[in-house]
Amino acid sequence: MQDLEKLFQDKIDTEIKIEPKDWMPEAYRKTLIRQISQHAHSEIVGMLPEGNWITRAPSLKRKAVLLAKIQDEAGHGLYLYAATETLGVTRESTIDDLNSGKAKYSSIFNYPTISWADIGAIGWLVDGAAIMNQVMLCRTSYGPYARAMVRICKEESFHQRQGFEALLVLSRGSKEQKVMCQDAINRWWWPSLMMFGPKDSESTHSDQSMKWKIKRMSNDELRQRFIDMIAEQVKVLNMTLPDPELKWNDIRGHYDFGEINWDEFWQVVKGNGPCNRERLEARNKAHEEGRWVREAAMAYAQKKAGKKAAA
Amino acid sequence: MSFQTRKFFYGDIPEVAGGQNVSSQPSINENNWPLWEVFIRSKQGLDHKHAGSLHAADAQMAIENARDVYTRRMEGVSIWVVESRYIHASNPEESESLYEPANDKVYRHPTFYVLPEAVKNM
Repeated sequence: MQDLEKLFQDKIDTEIKIEPKDWMPEAYRKTLIRQISQHAHSEIVGMLPEGNWITRAPSLKRKAVLLAKIQDEAGHGLYLYAATETLGVTRESTIDDLNSGKAKYSSIFNYPTISWADIGAIGWLVDGAAIMNQVMLCRTSYGPYARAMVRICKEESFHQRQGFEALLVLSRGSKEQKVMCQDAINRWWWPSLMMFGPKDSESTHSDQSMKWKIKRMSNDELRQRFIDMIAEQVKVLNMTLPDPELKWNDIRGHYDFGEINWDEFWQVVKGNGPCNRERLEARNKAHEEGRWVREAAMAYAQKKAGKKAAA
Repeated sequence: MSFQTRKFFYGDIPEVAGGQNVSSQPSINENNWPLWEVFIRSKQGLDHKHAGSLHAADAQMAIENARDVYTRRMEGVSIWVVESRYIHASNPEESESLYEPANDKVYRHPTFYVLPEAVKNM
C-alpha cells in the first residue's frame, strides 16, 4: 500500500496527470468528488440568478447574449458532472446531494439579482473571480477535471467581457444608470471576494490539496491577484469599489484591502443567505417537473430498441 | 430487449478484463439514461477525438445533446457517440507488460541509423 501511495505522489510531483482507473488514495478521490461536484452544482445553481433577467434584458442583443451565457453554464455543469462520474459516483446521487441540501455550491449564487446592472456585475466580478480559480485548475492533477476546466476557460472569457461591457454602457449613460451601476458593484464586490474561500490560515482543505496539486495557488494568493486586477479595471468604468481601505501598497506591490465580513460568509454557507431556500426550491422543482420527461424518453427508447430487435 | 444501465466511465475498465461478465453490478434505477461517450471531428480531414460524455435515452438524443453541448462554437463537423459500456480499455496496472516490448526496439526509429553528412534528402 505504501508503495502505491509513493508511486502516486511521484506521478504528481513529476506532473504526470492522474487518470480515472489509476490507483489513488481514497482521500484524494473523496476530495475530488467533493470539489468537482460542488463546482458543477455552482454552475447549475448559477443559472438561476441570471435566468431572472432573461425576459427583462434591455434589448434583443442583451437577451441573446444572456441566453448564450446561461446555456454555457449548463454545459459547464455537464462537463463537471461527467468528470465527477469518472471517480465512480453516479450522476443521480450527485444531483440528489444537491437537491437534498447535503452538497454545497458557491455561496455567491445565494445573493439576489435585483437590477439589470447585477447581470453586468456578475459577469465582470463573479465570473472574473471564477476565472482566476479556473485558470489555475486547468493544471490540476486529475486529468478529467483539468480537461473540463480547459474547455470551460475557453468559453468563460466571453462571460466576463460581456459583463464588463454591459457595465461600461451603464457607466456612460444617464445619471440613474450610473447610480445603478455603482450600486451593483457595491453589492457584488464583497461576496465576490468571499468566493475565494476562507483565509489560508482558516482553510481546512488547502494543505493537502496543494500537495496533491489539486489546487496550485492558495485562496489568499488568488484573492489578491483578483483584487489587483479589478482595482485597475474599475477605473475604466469611473466607478469605485466599496472599500475605504483599498490602497496601492508600493512595498508589497499589491493593493491593500479591508477585512472581509466572515460572519456573513459563514452565515450564507450555512444556508442563511438571502436566497438559499429559493435556489434549492427552484432546483428541486425543476428536477421533479422534469421527471416524466426523463421517464418518457427512456420508455420511448426502450420501445424503439425492442421494435428494432424484433425486426 | 431491455437496456442495461450499468455504467462505465471513459478511461474505465471493467473489473473483468476485456469487458466480459459485466452484469455483476446491478443498476440502481432502470430508468436512468445511460452514459455515452462523444467523439467530435473538428474539421474535414481530421480524426474524431474524444470530447466528453453525457447521458441520453438513445443514440439520436445523444447526438443532439452532443451538438448542443460540444459544438456551440463550431467545434465540429461530425459527431460519433457510443454507449460507454461498449468501450473496452486497457488496464493501467498492466501498462508495463503491455508496452514493454516496444521499449528496447530503438531500431524502429530513423535516428537509430547514422549516415554520412553527404547523404541528402533522407
